[in-house]
Amino acid sequence: MIAVIDYDAGNIQSVIKAVKYLGANVILTDKEDEILAADKIILPGVGAFPAAMASLKEKGLVSVIKRAAKEKPFLGICLGMQILFDRGFEFEETEGLSLIPGEVRPIDAKGLKIPHMGWNSLEIRKDCAVTERIKSGDFVYFVHSFAAKTDAKYIASVTDYGGEIVASVCNGNVFGTQFHPEKSGETGLDILRGFLGKEATL
Amino acid sequence: MVAKRIIPCLDVKGGRVVKGVNFVGLKDVGDPVEIAKQYELQGADELCFLDITASHEGRETMREVVERCADVVFMPLTVGGGLKSVAEIKAVLRAGADKVSLNSSAVKNEDLISAGADIFGKQCMVVAIDAKRVDGHFEVFINGGRIPTGLDAIEWAVRAQKLGAGELLVTSMDTDGVKNGYDIELLDAICREVNIPVIASGGAGKLEHFSEVFKKTGADAALAASLFHYGELKVRDVKEHLYKEGISVRR
Repeated sequence: MIAVIDYDAGNIQSVIKAVKYLGANVILTDKEDEILAADKIILPGVGAFPAAMASLKEKGLVSVIKRAAKEKPFLGICLGMQILFDRGFEFEETEGLSLIPGEVRPIDAKGLKIPHMGWNSLEIRKDCAVTERIKSGDFVYFVHSFAAKTDAKYIASVTDYGGEIVASVCNGNVFGTQFHPEKSGETGLDILRGFLGKEATL
Repeated sequence: MVAKRIIPCLDVKGGRVVKGVNFVGLKDVGDPVEIAKQYELQGADELCFLDITASHEGRETMREVVERCADVVFMPLTVGGGLKSVAEIKAVLRAGADKVSLNSSAVKNEDLISAGADIFGKQCMVVAIDAKRVDGHFEVFINGGRIPTGLDAIEWAVRAQKLGAGELLVTSMDTDGVKNGYDIELLDAICREVNIPVIASGGAGKLEHFSEVFKKTGADAALAASLFHYGELKVRDVKEHLYKEGISVRR
């Protein structure tokens, strides 16, 4: 069973539909027992860093997530990846979940359009669940204005947008994708297959 | 670098994909979900659904179409046509759309652009502009190209960006359906004045029209409808052509 954490983060349906399409069982939940009982957990997210953290706090999910992420595979998508880090600087400095060391800053791409929106290609840096089924040069779909700054040892893949941008990360059983695998066609589905492992049957 | 996008557009009426020439004479061309899936297999980067009935029933049907598409197609979906309120925008986003496209409603009620951008983010808000040459300038038309507004298309594009549009879908009524190429003059003029992505629409008839619009204007994406529906060109052929022309595309 895959638990998708429900915290008013927008566009959650697309993530659920993609996981279902791959043949995995999925529930959308904000309940502690259901999250802790799941085999794997996905934290989606569209919106702003402070609002997302406030929403998780209000629902009492911060400690639940931290506990769950110690025990089982955990994937943050887009803003859901950004809040895995120690802190973010969107509107104001906000504490994150600290599941991966690092912080989230505005994209610094001189003269380029912000948000970084559209299909961009990946350069794989590290072999892990979210990169094992794809190759450098594959395209995925990004929509974001902020990007993670972290140590190279956590970086699974990068993309180029006026400079290097962290595209996916991993730290033990905690994974994150800045792009939207659920909107990235067959490449995105392969990334989700990698994370879902035997939970994905298609 | 970000790839240039190819976007097939599906005009939807009564839950079916239809296509007319110069906004009239509609023909049924098939089931939206089947067509969407085919486009995904061909390598489309994004899909645009336009509800051309723009009635209450039409919107209900459109939500079902979007929901069914989102079950099987995993790329960005834009939905437009008759969306007049934040509640209606929210409903299509919930159904599985990633972006909404506002046309007449944005002209009649500018606040809708800002309200939508505040709640859902700018990246969700596409403003569609139908423009036509009138007395030496490009004038914005609404209601499916039937009503002139007196607005200058380039000024309106700049204003839409200021109000919170995250992207512009620019259709030239002069070139639409004629298959003689995109409206380079209009698109170039708009791309020079805004710094949000611009989708070129109206006039594609052959492969070279796609490379032309990317080489001669700052457009980020090119949209086409009938060309793809009737199989005159495959999305994949367009991508191969662009690649050979040295333009960055997802293949």
